[in-house]
Amino acid sequence: MTDISHLTAADYEAIGRELDALRDEVFADLGEADAAYIRRVIRWQRGLEIGGRALLMASSLPPAWIAGTATLAVAKILENMEIGHNVMHGQWDWMRDPKIHSTTWEWDNVSPAEQWKHSHNVVHHTFTNILGMDKDVGYGILRVAPEQAWHPANLPQPIYNVLLAMFFEYGVAVHDLEIDKIMAGENDPEETKEKLRAIGRKIRRQWGKDYLAFPLLSGPQFAHTLAANFTANVVRNVWAHMIIFCGHFPGDVEVFGEERLDGETRGEWYVRQLLGSVDISGGRVLHLMSGNLSHQIEHHLFPDMPSNRHAQIAPRVRALCEKYGLPYHTGPLTRQVGSTWKKIVRYAFPGPRGVVPAPRPKAKPPVAA
Amino acid sequence: MTTPMRRLAGAARRLTTPLLPEDYLTLINPLWSAADPRGRIEAVRHEAPGAASLLIRPGTGWPGHRPGQWLKIGVDIGGVRHWRTFSLSSPPRPDGRLTITVKAAGRVSGHLVHAIRPGTIVRIAPADGDFVLPDPVPERLLFLTAGSGITPVMAMLRHLARGTMPDTVLIHSARTEDDVIFGAELRELARSRPAFRLHERHTAVDGRVKPAELDDLCPGWTDRETWACGPAAMLDEIAAHWPADARRLHVERFQPVLNAAEGAEGGRVRFTASGVETDAGGATPLLEAGEGAGALLPSGCRMGICHSCVGRLRSGRVRDLRTGRVHGEEGDIIQTCVSAAAGAVEIEL
Repeated sequence: MTDISHLTAADYEAIGRELDALRDEVFADLGEADAAYIRRVIRWQRGLEIGGRALLMASSLPPAWIAGTATLAVAKILENMEIGHNVMHGQWDWMRDPKIHSTTWEWDNVSPAEQWKHSHNVVHHTFTNILGMDKDVGYGILRVAPEQAWHPANLPQPIYNVLLAMFFEYGVAVHDLEIDKIMAGENDPEETKEKLRAIGRKIRRQWGKDYLAFPLLSGPQFAHTLAANFTANVVRNVWAHMIIFCGHFPGDVEVFGEERLDGETRGEWYVRQLLGSVDISGGRVLHLMSGNLSHQIEHHLFPDMPSNRHAQIAPRVRALCEKYGLPYHTGPLTRQVGSTWKKIVRYAFPGPRGVVPAPRPKAKPPVAA
Repeated sequence: MTTPMRRLAGAARRLTTPLLPEDYLTLINPLWSAADPRGRIEAVRHEAPGAASLLIRPGTGWPGHRPGQWLKIGVDIGGVRHWRTFSLSSPPRPDGRLTITVKAAGRVSGHLVHAIRPGTIVRIAPADGDFVLPDPVPERLLFLTAGSGITPVMAMLRHLARGTMPDTVLIHSARTEDDVIFGAELRELARSRPAFRLHERHTAVDGRVKPAELDDLCPGWTDRETWACGPAAMLDEIAAHWPADARRLHVERFQPVLNAAEGAEGGRVRFTASGVETDAGGATPLLEAGEGAGALLPSGCRMGICHSCVGRLRSGRVRDLRTGRVHGEEGDIIQTCVSAAAGAVEIEL
């Protein structure tokens, strides 16, 4: 954990001001090229999806099966990550195009957009890495930080994690149900029922498409196409899970206690996002396929900034971190994945001893001149 | 749609869920969208200084229009969609194409006149408006127009000129001869069709047409069903002087009468369905304030006539920018395009 106790209240204020200014600068510059970017990605994604599905009309031929499955998996990854996630964040609302808008977008995933927007945009992005409030810390079933209390149920968590990866979209779908509240009897049963119905509708439609309609269209190759679509969904799930787990779990990333929120200033909120998020270094393809969540830090500072701008601001965010002696967590994908898995295996067991969620030191009062 | 077609469309939706089949079809031809109707600009014709006609080929499912109606079009400028309303200057054409005629006055109209290129795809809404010819067409007609107020009337004249033209008088004002939109076409029409009489008034020389002059310009005018379109001052004057025993007067207003009223106060505006909050000035329409803050709001004419933009007021009061009147109670339906916040406002949009 990096010691940041050197930051004064004036530093926090300056950090808030500088990051606000960076945000304003980028938003004032949004224009035609940005709009063309997201429309191009959407066109490519839809073309790839058509291509993949078309190849799978010959799914009994192994080369067509492999090429079709791979193409469809790429299309599904782009759809969920660079398009769906970012559109539903409102990153493209400024275009005022109802077809590419956070209020109208529905994605190719069993989690209904409405519920995902709540659990993700509201809960996770506001309370990032606050233990007990950010449900994305371990997704309610994994112990990923020593500050989380150990329970014998954590022992098989590496196995849970493999299953969660494979069926990640279902994990995401039940996320907004707030299982912990249901167990404690604190939920509104009507609301839970309505959410479950919405998830059921979404699952029926997704399965109807991937596991019935397209397999039927391919005639006697029904089973081959079904297997291909299942594989594409699993590949997308595993990839999305990996990228998302690399966003907040690897290395020296920090978690916070609820007291951190008391009177948290804009600057302190930014710093919490910086300390609680991790970038993945890599090339343009990685950034695109991760929905630019490889720029998780930038995304968490400015959740509604169009994703194509993250790469542009990353060096400036990093420079700001250096200026104020803040860590900027980044590293290649292999390292981040390794680190995440190491934690999931290590924290399946109790300990280390003596770690409790301690209140972070608040800003030092400015020194009187 | 017939039942088998509907079944087919339903089956296609199962294949494309959560999107629509047309989300893929528009990759091939952007005009193949019924849910998000579009048109392609095919030509831009210069009509007069700062005025141009755009020839638009509407996409599938555009329901057509009646001469005199207006069209809401959505154009992307700097990546941002802007909706504006323009009069259709063409009557329904056999080839299905339509024209709008635009006078450059602001950012959007300026873009349409000077910057837009053939091939551009725009969004189009169904045509609307009741400034139209009745069926059957009256035997004697009078049109009173000024400036770009000629555009909806041009659609009617072109429509009338296709058949046996009824007895028609047009009194049109423009600053100079060169400023007359459709000048050459109107003069040619007056030359070739004896039933059509044109009085051009060049206001830079002769000043505005006064209602009192109508007796000289068009004897027996009270006997003619009349359509008037032009600046608000002209229309107000005509309406105020219209005799009760004259034939019916149809009026189309282009510009809202927006008064930046005394004591305009503005306030915090919350769009409850969009979850958007913003501070709006006392002279800023709620619609503009909301759009500026990123809300996706229904909109239409932007001048208080079409009621596409209405929303239910949950709390607060609003100022009608046309009259300055402060009004509003919970549950009132508010026109966001001509209402500004008078204090904090919550609206269910």
